[in-house]
Amino acid sequence: MAANGSQKETFNSSIPDGPIAEKWTNHKNNSKLINPANKRKYSIIVVGSGLAGGAAAATLSELGYQVKCFCYQDSPRRAHSIAAQGGINAAKNYQNDGDSVHRLFYDTVKGGDFRSREANVHRLAEVSGNIIDQCVAQGVPFAREYGGLLDNRSFGGAQVSRTFYARGQTGQQLLIGAYQALSKEVARGGVEMHARTEMMDLVVVDGHAKGIIVRDMVTGEISRHAADTVVLATGGYGNVFFLSTNAMGCNVMAAYRAHKKGAYMANPCFTQIHPTCIPVSGDYQSKLTLMSESLRNDGRIWVPKSVEDAAAIRSGDKTAADIPDEDRDYYLERKYPSFGNLAPRDISSRSAKEVCDEGRGVASTGLGVFLDFRDAIDRLGEDTIRARYGNLFQMYEKIQGTNPYKEPMMIYPAVHYTMGGLWVDYNLMSNLPGLHVLGEANFSDHGANRLGASALMQGLADGYFVIPATLPNYLADQVPGSVTTENEAFDEAEKAVTDRIDKLLSIQGERTVDSFHRELGLLVWDKCGMSRDKAGLEEALEKIPKIREEFWENVKIPGTGESLNAELEKAGRVADFLEFGELMCRDALNREESCGGHFREEYQFTEKDDAVISGYTNPGEAKRRDEEFSYVAAWEYTGDDSPPNLHKEELIFENVKQSVRSYK
Amino acid sequence: MNALTKAINLFWQSSIGKKLIVAITGAVLVGFLVAHVGGNMLIFAGREAMNDYAYFLHHFLHGAGIWIFRGILVVAFVLHIVATIALTKQNRAAKVENYENEATNVASKSSRMMIWSGLTVLAFVVFHIFHFTVRVDPELAGMKEPSGRHDVWGMVIVGFQKPLVVLFYFVGISLLCSHLSHGIASIFQTLGWRSRKSSEAINKLGLALSVVLWLGFLSIPLAASVVGFGTDEMEMPVTDVADVAEENR
Amino acid sequence: MNLTLKVWRQKHANDRGTIETYDAKNIPGEASFLEMLDIVNEQIVQSGGEPIHFDHDCREGICGMCSLTINGVPHSKEKGITTCQVHMRKFKDGDTIWIEPFRGKAFPVVRDLVVDRSAFDRIVSAGGYISVRTGSAEDANSLPIPKDSADSSFDAAACIGCGACVAACKNASAMLFVGAKAAHLNLLPQGQPEKDKRVLAMVRQMDSEGFGNCTNHYECEAVCPKQISADVISKLNRDYAVASTKEAFK
Repeated sequence: MAANGSQKETFNSSIPDGPIAEKWTNHKNNSKLINPANKRKYSIIVVGSGLAGGAAAATLSELGYQVKCFCYQDSPRRAHSIAAQGGINAAKNYQNDGDSVHRLFYDTVKGGDFRSREANVHRLAEVSGNIIDQCVAQGVPFAREYGGLLDNRSFGGAQVSRTFYARGQTGQQLLIGAYQALSKEVARGGVEMHARTEMMDLVVVDGHAKGIIVRDMVTGEISRHAADTVVLATGGYGNVFFLSTNAMGCNVMAAYRAHKKGAYMANPCFTQIHPTCIPVSGDYQSKLTLMSESLRNDGRIWVPKSVEDAAAIRSGDKTAADIPDEDRDYYLERKYPSFGNLAPRDISSRSAKEVCDEGRGVASTGLGVFLDFRDAIDRLGEDTIRARYGNLFQMYEKIQGTNPYKEPMMIYPAVHYTMGGLWVDYNLMSNLPGLHVLGEANFSDHGANRLGASALMQGLADGYFVIPATLPNYLADQVPGSVTTENEAFDEAEKAVTDRIDKLLSIQGERTVDSFHRELGLLVWDKCGMSRDKAGLEEALEKIPKIREEFWENVKIPGTGESLNAELEKAGRVADFLEFGELMCRDALNREESCGGHFREEYQFTEKDDAVISGYTNPGEAKRRDEEFSYVAAWEYTGDDSPPNLHKEELIFENVKQSVRSYK
Repeated sequence: MNALTKAINLFWQSSIGKKLIVAITGAVLVGFLVAHVGGNMLIFAGREAMNDYAYFLHHFLHGAGIWIFRGILVVAFVLHIVATIALTKQNRAAKVENYENEATNVASKSSRMMIWSGLTVLAFVVFHIFHFTVRVDPELAGMKEPSGRHDVWGMVIVGFQKPLVVLFYFVGISLLCSHLSHGIASIFQTLGWRSRKSSEAINKLGLALSVVLWLGFLSIPLAASVVGFGTDEMEMPVTDVADVAEENR
Repeated sequence: MNLTLKVWRQKHANDRGTIETYDAKNIPGEASFLEMLDIVNEQIVQSGGEPIHFDHDCREGICGMCSLTINGVPHSKEKGITTCQVHMRKFKDGDTIWIEPFRGKAFPVVRDLVVDRSAFDRIVSAGGYISVRTGSAEDANSLPIPKDSADSSFDAAACIGCGACVAACKNASAMLFVGAKAAHLNLLPQGQPEKDKRVLAMVRQMDSEGFGNCTNHYECEAVCPKQISADVISKLNRDYAVASTKEAFK
C-alpha cells in the first residue's frame, strides 16, 4: 500500500484577506450572525470537556444554543487538560519587556518550525490576552505579586516573560474555571451533560456531520444524538505509543472515527516528546510522569563521558558522586552554549536519546540521563531550591524512592503532546462540513513543535473565542433541527457500532488488550519516536497490519457489553490506535525532511552544509526542506484495503521568513 | 413573617443550621458549667458561704431570676439534644455501608463517642436534678439551717455519702468532660472562629477547660465521700474509707 | 514481593457485593499501586475471570479519578497523595491489603471499586462558579488582588474533587469539598457578588444529595491528597451563618 501522492492543492482554508494583523477582525466583521431568538433553535454536540470542549460548551450555551456535551470521564472536571503544569502564554506585556501580539505570533511560528498556518497563529496571539481576562474574572487564582497584580514567568523558546501560572497546576486551575462555567450552564439548562459516555461514531447525513453514536459506559446502552453541528474537542493521540504522559483514557477514537467518515487527518507524524519525564522502570509500567520543564532552570543535565562509567552506574558499582566533573558530559551546555539546559523540547529530547544510544545512559534500563541540582544547591542553598521546586522534588521522591537533594534525578524523554490532528480551516471546520475540531484534536496552531505554555492557550482560544465567532458561518446556512435520529444514517451508524462491539466480544482469544497496545506502542516508539528513518518506518508499516490482524483474531475481552467493562472500552480504543498508528508512520515516511518533533535521520545538517560551516548551526541538527515540504499533509481515508489519499495544503509565509531554527 | 419562618425552617433543615444550634447551645451550656463549678467551690468555703449563695440564686429578681435562667438552660439543653439526635440520624443514613477493614487517622476516642457520652450525661443530669434540685430523697429535702433556710451545704455532704451515688457522679462527670474535650473546640470550628493558626490553641483551651471542670466537679463528691470533708460538722459517722484516708494523713 | 489482596467485588449497583481474596505474586516494588492492580487484572483476564474495576485516569495525582480505600484509609495512609501515587515499596512482602471503594450513601457503587461521584458535579452546578459571560471580562490587571488572598484562594482551589474527604468521614460529610469550593471563590473579590447565594445553594444541594454532617473529626483533612485545611469548613460555617441570617432578615 503506497501512498497516493498528489500535487499541492489550493485548499479552501477560508483564510480571510488583508494584512495578517487585520484578518481576524475582518473575518469577524464579515462572519454570519444568528439572531438571539434563532440561536435557541440550533443544537450543538460537543465531544470532550477539557479546556477546548468545556470552554466551547459553556460559551455556546451562554450565547443561547442548545448544547449537549459528552465526556468519557466520570466528570467533565477530570479531562486531561488538568495535568498541564507550567502555565499559559499571553501577549499582555505586563512585564514591559517588549512583548507584543506580533512577537508571540513570531515565536509560535518559529517554535513550530514553520509548519503552521500564519493566519491561525496570529489569531491565537491576538486572543491570548482575552483568555487571561476571562479566566481572572472566573476566579482562576493566578500567581500574583505583592502589589496584587499578575505575575509572569519565562518559558522555553521565548525571550520575554509572558507565561501566566498558578503554581505548578495551571492546567488544573484553568480547567476548573471552564468546568465551573460549564456547570453554571448545566444548571441553567443550556447544556445537557453526559459523563461516562464515549463517542463511538460520527453520523454523516448528506455529506454533513449531524450527529454521533455514543455508548453509556455504565449500562452499555448505545444511543443516538443528532444536532445541527458537531464539535470535537477530544484531545491528542499520544497514547498510540502506549507509554506517554497522557491520561490512561486518552484516545484517538472520536477523531479517527471522524477520519473514517471523511475528515482529513493532518500531519499525524508531528508528535512532541517532552525531555523531562521520569524514566521507564519496567514492563509493568502503565504511564510516564512528567517533571516540569522549569526544573531545567537550575538543574544541569549530564551523562558520564565514558561508556565504562555509565555501565558502572547502571550496575550500581558507581554512583553519580563518584564521577568527577572532568568525566561528566554536560552535553546540552556543550552543544548549545547560549540556551544550554533550556534548549527547546525537541532538541533536548533528541540529545538525550543520542547519548543513551551511545551507551552512556545511566538508568538501569540504559535509558536515562542525570538532572543534577548539586551545583545549584551549592550556589543557592538547599532552602532556596526547596522553595522553588519542593513539590516536584517530593513528587520525584514518591515515585522513584530516592532523594533528589542528595542524588541527581534521572530523566528521559516521553511522548507528551501531538501537534497533528484533524484538518480544519480558519473557521476550525473540517473538510467534512458541519464537523468542527478544537484544541489538541486539530492540527492547526503548533506546526511541527509546540512551545511550552501554548497548549492551554490554544485550547481556551478555540473554545472561548474562536468557535463562538466562526460557528455561525456554518450554522446560518442550516435549517435548525433538519436532521433527527430517525434518519437512516443513524440506523447504519448504530448498527456498525453494535456490530463492532459484538465482534470484539466474540473473539475470545488468548491475549489481553494491553498486550496488543504495548506491542504497538513499543514498535511505534522505536520506529516513529524521537527519530525516524525510511527503513524503520517501512518495517513498522509492515508490522502494524500484522498486529492488527492478530488483534482481531486473538484478543480476549471478558464480560459483556451491557455493563461497565473496562477491557471492552480499551479494546475499542486500541483497535483504532492500530489503524491510526499506521497512518502516523505513513505520514512520517512521506515527510522526507526533519522538522520540529519529526526527525528523519536522513535529513540532518552535516559538516558540508553552509549553515554549519558558518557556525550558525551544528551537524546533526534537523534539516527542513522548505521547497518540497512546506505543506500540511492532510490524509483522506479511502477504505480499509486501499491506501489513504494525500492532500497537500501549501503553507504560505508572508510575515515570517522561514529560517533555520538555531538555538545555539 | 412568612418569609422569616420559611428562612428559619430552611436554617433548621440544613446541616450547618443544626450544627450552629448545637454549637450555640453548647456554648451556653459550657458557660453554665463554668458558673456551676465556680458556685460549687463555695462548698469549700463553708456552710455559710454556700447557703448564702444558694439563697441569692433563689431570690434574685424576686425569685424570677432562677426561673429565667432555668428556662434558658432547658431550651438550650433540649435544642442541643434534639439537634444532635437529628444530626446523628442523618449521619447514620449518610454512611449506610461501612468499611470491612476500618481505620481512624486522627479523630479522638472522645470525638467518636459524642452521642453516647451525651446521652449518658443526659441520664446523669436527670438523676442529678432529682437528687439535688427536686430532692426526691426526703432526708435531703428536709435539711434546714437553724435559720430555716434550706441547708444546701449539708445536703451535698450527706448526699455524697452513698458510694453508688458517688460512682455514678464519677462516671457522669467523666463522660461530660470527655464530651467537652471535643465539644468546646468544636464550638469554635462550627461558629467559624477556628483556623489553622488558632487550632492548636483552641484544642488546648478545650482540653484544659474540660480537665478543670472535671477536677472541680469531682472534687466535691470525692472530698465528701473519700476524704470525709464536712462530715465532722454534720456530726455524722464517717465511712470506713474515710477512716483509712484520715489515718494516712 | 507477594501479597494477599482483599478486594470488594460487586457486579453492579444493585448487587450485594462481597470481599474476595486474590494473590498478587511477583509485584515489583517500583510499581505503583494501580500498576499492581493492572498486573493482577492481567492474570485474572488470562485465567478467564473479569478484571477488578476501578476508576483511574491521569495516574499522576491531579485528575481526582482514582478512589480506593486502602486498609481502611482513602488513598492509603501515606500523607498528601492519591491512590495512583502510592508505590508498592511502601508495602512488605506477605502483607494483606484491603481494597474497598470510597463509601458514602451519596457515592453509590457502580461496579467493584468504581463509585458515582456525580453529586459533586451537582453541588458545583448549584453555585460553585462566578457568573461571568465569556467576553465580558475587564482587563485582568484592573483589579489588584492581595497576594495573600490569591494564595489562600489557591490553597482551596487545589481540590481535585476525588471525594476522599467523604470516604474518610464516618458521616460521609462533603463539607471539606464544599468548603474548599466556597472558599476558593469567596476569598476573591470577583466572588463577592454571589457569595451568599452561592453558600446557601451549595449547602442545600449538599444536604439534598444525602451527605452527612461535619462533626469536626478532621479525618477529611488527614486524607486529603491536596492537604486542604479544615479551615475551609470553619469559613463555610461562618459564611453560611451570615448568609442565612441575611436571608431571614433582609
